[in-house]
Formats: sequence, C-alpha cells, structure tokens
Amino acid sequence: MVVAMTATFHDRADLAQVTPLLRRLTGAEKHEPSAYSTLDVIWVLYDRVLRVDPSRPTDPDRDRFLLSKGHGPHAYYAVLATKGYFPVSWLDDLAGPRSPLGHHPDRTLVPGVEIASGSLGHGLGLGVGIALGLRIQRRFDPRVYVLLGDGELDEGSNHEAIAYAAVAGLDTLTAVVIDNRTATHGWPGGIASRFMIAGWTAATVDGRDHDSVEQALRANEPGRPHAVVAEVEGTH
Amino acid sequence: MRDEFVATTTGLLDEDPRTALVLADISASLFTDAAARHPERVHNVGIREQLMVGVAGGLALTGLRPIVHSYATFTVDRVYEQLKLDLDHQDAGAVVVSVGASYDGSQYGYTHFSPGDVALLDTLTGWTVHVPGHPGEVPPLLRAAAARDDRTYVRLSTQRNDVAHPGEGLQVIHRGSAAAPVVVAVGPALHEVLPAVDGIDVTVAYTHTPRPFDVAGLRALLGEPAVVVLVEPYLAGTSSRVIADALAHVPHRLLALGVGRIDLHRYGTPGDHTRWHGLDAAGLRRSLTGFLATAPVNATVCRPEDGAPAPGRGSTAPRRRRAT
Repeated sequence: MVVAMTATFHDRADLAQVTPLLRRLTGAEKHEPSAYSTLDVIWVLYDRVLRVDPSRPTDPDRDRFLLSKGHGPHAYYAVLATKGYFPVSWLDDLAGPRSPLGHHPDRTLVPGVEIASGSLGHGLGLGVGIALGLRIQRRFDPRVYVLLGDGELDEGSNHEAIAYAAVAGLDTLTAVVIDNRTATHGWPGGIASRFMIAGWTAATVDGRDHDSVEQALRANEPGRPHAVVAEVEGTH
Repeated sequence: MRDEFVATTTGLLDEDPRTALVLADISASLFTDAAARHPERVHNVGIREQLMVGVAGGLALTGLRPIVHSYATFTVDRVYEQLKLDLDHQDAGAVVVSVGASYDGSQYGYTHFSPGDVALLDTLTGWTVHVPGHPGEVPPLLRAAAARDDRTYVRLSTQRNDVAHPGEGLQVIHRGSAAAPVVVAVGPALHEVLPAVDGIDVTVAYTHTPRPFDVAGLRALLGEPAVVVLVEPYLAGTSSRVIADALAHVPHRLLALGVGRIDLHRYGTPGDHTRWHGLDAAGLRRSLTGFLATAPVNATVCRPEDGAPAPGRGSTAPRRRRAT
C-alpha cells in the first residue's frame, strides 16, 4: 500500500528547500534553480503527482519515475534528498570515490532511483518493460513516468518504444520530454506530434509553471500512453 | 534446436507465471499458440531489437523472468549496449536465446552471421553461456535458466552432434592416456572433433556451457605438461583468456580453434563455412597434428624467455600418435 505524497503532507516542503541543496551539491553559489531544466518538472512529480513513499522505495505498487536523460542529475538528487530518500550529507561528495551519487545515477546505489542512466535512449524502452511487467502482474494502479530530453529523442531507440507503447495500449506510461532546445537539428513540426502520430495523447506546457505541468501530467486517458512536452530554458 | 526452444518456452509460459517472452518478429509465427494463450506475457515488438532488450530489462525490474529471442547477430551484436546497460548495469536478468549461430544462415551472407556473440558477452558481467550441441540438451538448460535470475545466453544452432550430452561441466567423451592432450569441444563442434582425433592419443572433453567454464574439470584432466586444444563453434580464441587464467601457474600449451576473424564474403552451406574455417574433421586433424608435431610435448612455450621450441626436442610421441 503506497502512501500518497499528498499536498497536506508535503506543503511544508517547498521548492525553495531544494535550492540550498542544489548549491550544496554543486558547490556553485551562482547556479539558480532556473539553471536546471528538469528541476520544476521533477519537483512537481515528487511533490504533487507520484504516489511514492521514501520509506518504502521498493514497494511493488509505487509509481515509478525513470530519469532517462541521466545527464545533469543534480535536480533529481536534490529533490530525492529533500523528500528523504537519502541523507542530505550524501550531496557533499558528488562523484567522489565513495559517493553513491555520480554524474549519472545508479539504481544499485541510490534508494528511489529506478534505473541507472546516462547513455541516452535507454529509459523509455525500460519504462515500456516496467509498465508491461506491472500489467502482467495485474498491478494496474502504479504509473510509470519517464523523463527524457529533446536532444535525447534523437536516439532511434526512443522511437521503437514510442511506436510499441501505443500499439500495446500502455496507458500507465507517461513520457515527459524536457524541451530545452538542445537537439542539434530540432524537431520540425513539434515534439508532441511524434508521439501523437503514433497514438499517444500529448500536451505541451510551460515547464516552469507548476500548475500547468501538474495538469498536463494528469491528463492521461484510458488505453493510450501519454506524453508531456515541458518547454524550458536552462542548460542542465 | 529451435523446435525444442519453442516447445519448452511454450511449456514454461503455461507453467510459470513469472516467465514472459519478448520477440522481435523472428520466430514469432512459431509462438502463435503461446501468444493466444498468454497475450499479456508474449510480446512481439516488431523489428525493434533495442526495444526487445529494453523491455526485457524493464520486465525483470518488476520481478518477471524475460526470455528474449532473435537471430544471434540481432540479439547480441546489434543490441550490445542494451545488453550492457538495460540488463547488466541495471542488475537485471534475462534469458537471451539466439538462432543462427556463427553461420547457420550461410546463404543469407555475413549480415546474418554472429561468430563474435560469445566474445561480446565476455566483455560483460556474469553471463552464463550455453551452447547446446544437441536438441536434447536444450530443454533442461532452458528450464534451469528460467528458474534462475541471472543473465543467461542460449546459443542455438542447426549444427548438431549425434548424441546429447546433458551433463554438467566438462564431460569426458573419450579418455586418452594420462599424459594425453585434452581436446575441449564446445557444443556442436564435437561433431567434427570426434572423427578428427580418431587414432590419436587425446582426451576429448565436451561442454555445452562455456561460461562459467569448468576450469576445475579441465585441470583434473590435464597431464604434464598440460596441452589443451580448444575447438569452439564461434570466434577462435574466445575461451583462450579463460584457459590462460586457469592455467596461469601451470606450464601449458594451448591451441585455440574456431571461426576465423575474417569476413569471407561467401555464401554456400554451413558445411562449406565449417570447412573454410578449418573446423571440419580434416581441417581440425590438420591443425591438431601440426600443433602436436611441430612443438614437443614437453616444450615450455608459455615461457617467452625460452624462445621458440627447438624442432625435434623432447618426446617423439606426437609423431607416433599421428599414425592414422
């Protein structure tokens, strides 16, 4: 039984709490939260959407969050630490020889981290497998959220997963694409169209507007996987 | 062997709710019945091998036991990084079952060959590798693999031996004298090894499981000095590292035979390729007798400071054994 991270429980934990942790993690005083393209989306997921319990990170009925775009996981680590998945002191030795936290996350080292990532284009396929595995075991409640980058979408493996997730009717799967315009050749016609033409529902939102992000994340429909394209500035 | 794979996997899907099959079109028509009975646990993702392995990793992360299957070159060579990251690095298990082997698809050409599959898996962590030499060995190996949680590769081939040897580890097929060289045949390679060594004083040992290699079994068979001839149905020398490690403190000689590191750009039959790579009985005999004759049995060629072995030094036994 998953204890949902309800607003009442976590109102005290504001995104402002994450900022000092980010600074602690990077040692960079000048990095404002806006420098992190994924921060708002990950915060909204962990603060408002995901039904997860940091004290039970392996609960089979938990929602899954997969950081496919493993680059720049600072925002991810800071949010996980804020939510209590691991001691804040872990943030002080990023990528050190004894640190469980590296520049790409490792699921075998960090509680709450669902996949080890870093090489682009692996998370969505794994997410399809996790969503299928949960369905096979008749766990219909947990949702699987996979966070990708617009540059990451260049990897062809994503398009294998996009096509099949729709065919399989994986309506517990949500892809969140952080669009900070890093794809070298862009996505003419828009990123959302790549999902919609395959049979997904999709929404494109301002990735810094928490309410819009939450609303888009909750806009999934029965029978179809869902994509949220979160447009942001930021380089990490 | 593919028939045994299909029948056994279909049975496993019926019996064990933990098993799930992920295909990428290859052999999908053979699993029509299984897919009809278990639509949730049989997934043909289409011609999408990266997804096939990614899905397997995801299934394993939810506690299931995925079986994935395609041509060897499409389920190892093409998706090497998925095997490395979606399985190994996630600490996720799967049973990867291939057909096609090194050149079973000889008429399709090199695009369908995978002589390097086992060598590629050797760069990864903790894989069990089965290379059955007979259809009868396939069901027990598959069933045991399905009951585990590790990463297992099962390399099926249309090449086969006359008799199944389902035992574990290195199995002695023919015992030579105490000092006889040991010929290790992996999987279907045994078929040509047996006629190749006819009349030569060697011990022939067989295994369908080159990883983990039964190094204790090998050590127990070796005479002094230790002479090993490896015959593998995939890239020549794939197991040389394992043998060298196992015998690091023992003076030994090793001849490693297998598929050559060359794209022949030729079609023909699998038998043609076996011959071209010197893995037919005549070719193996040529290599074996040459190896045993040109260097004395008591040479210590593994000590570089000794230099090249002097012709004629030491025992003449190899010449005598070459009679037939």
